[in-house]
This record gives sequence, structure tokens and C-alpha cells, in this order.
Amino acid sequence: MSSTIRPALSLLVLMTLITGVAYPLVVTGVAQVAFPDQANGSLVRDAEGKVRGSSLIAQEFTGERWFHSRPSAGAFATVSSSASNLGPSNPALAARVFDDAAKIQVPGQGPVPLALLTTSGSGLDPHLPPQAIAYQLARVAAARQLPVSTLERLMDEHIEQPLVGPPVVNVLALNMALEKL
Amino acid sequence: MHSYDYWLIIAFFAVVLVPAPFLGRFYYKVMEGQRTWLTPVFGPVERVCYRVAGVDAQQEQSWQKYMLALLAFNLAGFLLLFSILLFQDYLPLNPQQLPGQEWTQAFNTAVSFMTNTNWQSYSGEATLSYLSQMAGLTVQNFVSAATGLAVLVALCRGIGRKSASTLGNFWVDMTRATLYGLLPLCLLLALFLVWQGVPQTFAHYVDALTLQGVDQVIPLGPAASQIAIKQLGTNGGGFFGVNSAHPFEDPTAWANLFEVAAIIMIPVALVFTFGHYVKDLRQSRAILGCMFALFLIGGSVSLWSEYQPNPTLSNPAVEQTAPLEGKEARFGTTGTVLWSVTTTAASNGSVNGMQDSLSPLSGMVALVNMMVGEVIFGGVGAGMYGMLLNVLIAVFLAGLMIGRTPEYLGKKLQAREVQLLVVTLLVMPVGVLVLGAIAASVPATAATITNPGPHGFSQLLYAYTSASANNGSAFAGLGANTPFHNLMLGLGMLIGRFGYILPVLALAGSLAMKKSAPIGQNSFPTHGPLFVTLLTVTILLVGGLTFLPTLALGPIAEHLSMGF
Repeated sequence: MSSTIRPALSLLVLMTLITGVAYPLVVTGVAQVAFPDQANGSLVRDAEGKVRGSSLIAQEFTGERWFHSRPSAGAFATVSSSASNLGPSNPALAARVFDDAAKIQVPGQGPVPLALLTTSGSGLDPHLPPQAIAYQLARVAAARQLPVSTLERLMDEHIEQPLVGPPVVNVLALNMALEKL
Repeated sequence: MHSYDYWLIIAFFAVVLVPAPFLGRFYYKVMEGQRTWLTPVFGPVERVCYRVAGVDAQQEQSWQKYMLALLAFNLAGFLLLFSILLFQDYLPLNPQQLPGQEWTQAFNTAVSFMTNTNWQSYSGEATLSYLSQMAGLTVQNFVSAATGLAVLVALCRGIGRKSASTLGNFWVDMTRATLYGLLPLCLLLALFLVWQGVPQTFAHYVDALTLQGVDQVIPLGPAASQIAIKQLGTNGGGFFGVNSAHPFEDPTAWANLFEVAAIIMIPVALVFTFGHYVKDLRQSRAILGCMFALFLIGGSVSLWSEYQPNPTLSNPAVEQTAPLEGKEARFGTTGTVLWSVTTTAASNGSVNGMQDSLSPLSGMVALVNMMVGEVIFGGVGAGMYGMLLNVLIAVFLAGLMIGRTPEYLGKKLQAREVQLLVVTLLVMPVGVLVLGAIAASVPATAATITNPGPHGFSQLLYAYTSASANNGSAFAGLGANTPFHNLMLGLGMLIGRFGYILPVLALAGSLAMKKSAPIGQNSFPTHGPLFVTLLTVTILLVGGLTFLPTLALGPIAEHLSMGF
């Protein structure tokens, strides 16, 4: 029997040391040297060095003066993040979407982009498709008394278009640039 | 679909297929102890492991001894993880001072990670210490995948060897699979992911003040190292509760491409490994052809379905386009569907969007992928041994049709082999239909279902399918963290794992002992299009006949009720 128990226990301990301790430590060591920004959460700081968020984690923006993020099922909670998990046939989904659409719709701008009416998988989606930003341009421009064309240019500068994924705009980055105008 | 959608699909197949033949040959050489370019690095580590463990690497085991070693190792792993989760508040590396898990949840989690399921009834960032994630979960992520690979090579040896009484040495197979098979790829992927934005630190969570002046806690941790193995080892247990939908787990479209490709990279390579074991790569290509056919059928249905606007959201004020509820903007529809299909075809179970909010038919494709036993590429090792069971069943059926003793690669399939095959055919029905039916008839279950109508039934069906198939993805609205579900789903995972492994090892032992008959003119060839078709139809029929009624009650009923 000990011919089974000894290897079982000792290999479990060894594998714990190799894959559970050495491996994460090696990755951490290399990552902290090679990519310190990303390894520590892609933190965004203001001029005084205070942490104002992470470029990968959505923030809630309210009021007329800001570009709003996607709605969050977990009210932008980060611990823990969560999703609505509403099934496509759930009447609660349609009710929420219709309610929000009535509030957000801008006369003359057509239907509200779906990204502004649906909650994301993480509740912390930091991005919006460009057209969902474009839908908010007139409102933000009016509130900040800026020409729409200036904001449009700012939006265009912030569009990221990877080869293997849809174009997106980082809402926090856009709003921070907005503050600097 | 836009050009970037097509690029994603092309890039995905390229990343998976191009390295597969080389990787498959590499795995064969590693598992057979031949010298590779990594031997100078890991050879000394390997020898230290054997010395400490008192293992003679040359000493092979009978199938019974192999199985005993496997069970002992898994039991020890379970007990260690169970203890860490229960007592994490007394252990170091717990900067958020999180309490230990409740015992049914700890049981569920420990079984889940030992069986390569990685079903999560908890949310990582809120309930688990760094030590639990790293020394507990990450370790089982590695060794459960290595266990699957070990079982596969034991079966390959059983088929490939003639009149042999041994199948190899479990300790050696497990060690080599971990060191050479998983660690190097994980290191590469982990560093790539950090570059893309996945955190890798032992620092505390960070307090931030948002632009509008609200306090925000940024959760951190050694995430990249765990995410790499959860993808490559077809584990699927996320560092964060919402898994790879979390921007810290899957930050960019490029990270998404490599994470989703990593799910089936090793399983596809192992199809070639099998070909090397039986010295006939035509068999590999035939099996791969069947897997691809099934993958493409499911993928097309899911993609088509997910691009249809949701009819219940029809309203002039709402943009009518592919549904986005539960999806992340940076992945879009194609990126989410590709992941959903791949994660359920393999036994991965990670998600980058919420399965619960998928269209009914996309949800059904995910269910079917799991119900057929996760043999469309499947889990590391587990997918290929599951597929070989289907191959043997198809050979048996072909033998019945032409009235000859069925044989595969010169090995005759007799009563004992067929009995063992039938046992494995019962695993999914028992796990899904029996346990699922018990759960459905318990009054307390109703409170855990969060969507009305047929979709509510789908939530329950999905949970028991996912557990029994050792997948781990969920229709996550289901309130699965109750003592009842924790214990029942834990049982489903055990049945789904060892209900395959034990008969497979017995089968391997039985096949190894057989003499090999020369493959003559009258043998049924198992590498042509005829066999690929027979195999594909066998898989769909066996799974389809068993589970069609449940699909009719769940996703099909929901689809018909929505007015598409």
C-alpha cells in the first residue's frame, strides 16, 4: 500500500511547489519587470498621482456632461462583478430595455444603440462601440458648450480597431480627455 | 458579419491547426520518455520528483495498478484542496482576510477542480484567498489535465501494444504531462496575457477614486498564471466570478483570440499523438475530420442564431441588431459565439459572455456539445479517450451491419470490451437525466431558478449537463450555491469523471492483452470518408436519441415561444 501512498503524497507536494508556487512566482517576477503597468492593474492616475481607476474597469458616469458607460447589472460593483443572466425570453429583459430606451432616446437621432440598453457580461465593460458614443455626442456637447465637431474628433482619436475584434472606444479614457479640453 | 469577424475565425483555426501536428508529435515523444529540446530543462526536475516519490520510471503498471495510483493521487489532491478551502482564514496569503468556505461549497469546489470540471458556485474575487487560488486551484488545474492526458496515453498504449500486460506508469505519465506538456505553454500564454493587461501581483486590492468622485476597489491578484492554465488545461475556473468576461481576465480582442484558441490547442494536438501511438496518422486525420464536421455544424447554427435580433425587444426606440445582453463590447457577437461553442466542445467551461443570455438555439448548441460527451476536441486527454470510445462503438455497429467480428486497428472487440463501452454510454444519461430529474422534483429547486418559462428548465438542465460532462460553464443565473445543488452537482462531476476513467482503463488493459490480427482485405477501413460519416452519425444518434426530449422542453420550446 505504501507503494501507492508515498508517491501520491510526495508528488502532490512536489506538484504544489512546482505549479502552485514556483510557476506563479516566475510569472509574477517576469511580469513585474517586463510589464509592470499591466501586471498591477493598468491603473490610471491623475496629475497628483492619485489612482482614479483602471483603464480596464468601467466607471459609472451620470449627468449630462459625461459620456455614459454601458449599463451594469451589478451597479458597477467590482467585488464581486456580476451579470444580469436574464434569458432572451425573460419579460424582465424587455421591460428594462423599453424603460431605458424611453429615457435615453434623443428625438431625431433614431433608435437607441443596443449597447446602451444591454448590460455586459462582466458588469464592468470599459468599452462602447463608436456608434454608442456618437449617440451621446450632442448631449455632451450641449452640456459642455463645445462644438459637436470637436467632440467628434476626440471620439475618432479614441477608436481602437483591432484586426480580430470589433471597434471600441474606452469610455474612461475618452472622459479623461474630455476633462482636459 | 464584418471583416474582423472573418479574421477572428481564420486566425482561430490557424492558431489551433498549424502547430497541432508538431505539438502532437512532441507529446508522443515526451510521454514515451524520448529526448526533446526541453529535456535539459525539465529532465533534472523530473528525476528529483521520481527520487523523492520513490518511483522507478522504468517500472510499468498493470491497468489495475495504474488505476489505483490515479485514484490515490486524485483522492489526495481532493483532500488537500478541500482543507485549504475550509481553512483559508488560518493560512497565509489572504490579504482580504476572507473566511473559509462553507463545507458543501468547499466539497463542490474541490471535486470540481479535481475532476477538471471547474464548476464555480462561488465568486473568486469575493471568497477566495490568493493562496487558495494559487496553491489550491492552480495545482489541480495542472494535475487534473495531466490525469486526463495520462488516461489517454494508457488507452493509446492499450490499442497500440500487442499481448502486453502493462499500460505504462501513472506517476511518470502524470509528471511528464505536467512538466513538459502544460508548464511551458502556460508560461508563454501567461506572459502574453499580462502584456495584454491581465494582472499578476500579490499586492492588496487598490482603492481608487473615480472621475465622478466615487470610491472604487480594484481587485487584483496572480491572475494571469491561473488563467493560462485554466484555458490550456481545459479547466475553465475563472480567477474572477464572471470568468473571462471580466476585463482583467480577457482584456483585448487579441487576448481573446489566444485564450479561445488555447482551449482546444492541446486537445487537437493529442489527436495526432494518438496517430503516433498506433503508427497510422490516417486514423488521426479521420477522427479530426469528424470533430471538425461536428464543430462546424454547431458553430454555424450558433452563429446564425446569435445574429438574429431578439423579437421580444422589437420596438421603434430600440436598435434591432444582434443581441448584446451579457456580451462584452470588445468581443462582439462572433467573439462570444466562437468562445461559447469552443468551451462546450472542449470540457473547458470558461465563458467570455453570459451563456444564460444567449439565444435559445445558441444555448442548445452549447448543451448538445456537452451532451455528446465532449468529444468534439474535448478536454485534455478526456476528449480524445471519449472520442475513441465513440470510434469503438462505431466500429461495433459497422461490424454488426456487415456481420463480422468488429475489430479496430487489428484488435478484436469482444463481449468484455462492448460491456465496458456500454457502461460509458450510461454516464451522461445518469448524470443529466437521473440527477437532473431528482433535482427538478425537489421543491427547493424552484427557488434557485431565476428565469421564467422553458428557459428556467434550461438553467437546471444546463447545470446538470455541465457537471456530468465535467464542463463547468453555467446558465449562471441559477442559484447553484445551495447545499443541495453543491452536493448533487459534486456527485454528477464524480460520476462524469470516473464513470469514464475506470472503464477506459479497464478497456485499455483488455485491449493491450490481445494479439493483433493482421489488417486484411476484408477489414473495415477506419480512415476513409465512409467511416468519418458513420462516426459522426453515431455520435449524433447516441446523444440525440437520449437527450432530444429534454432539449424540446427547454431551448426548443423557448425558441418557438419567442416568435423568431
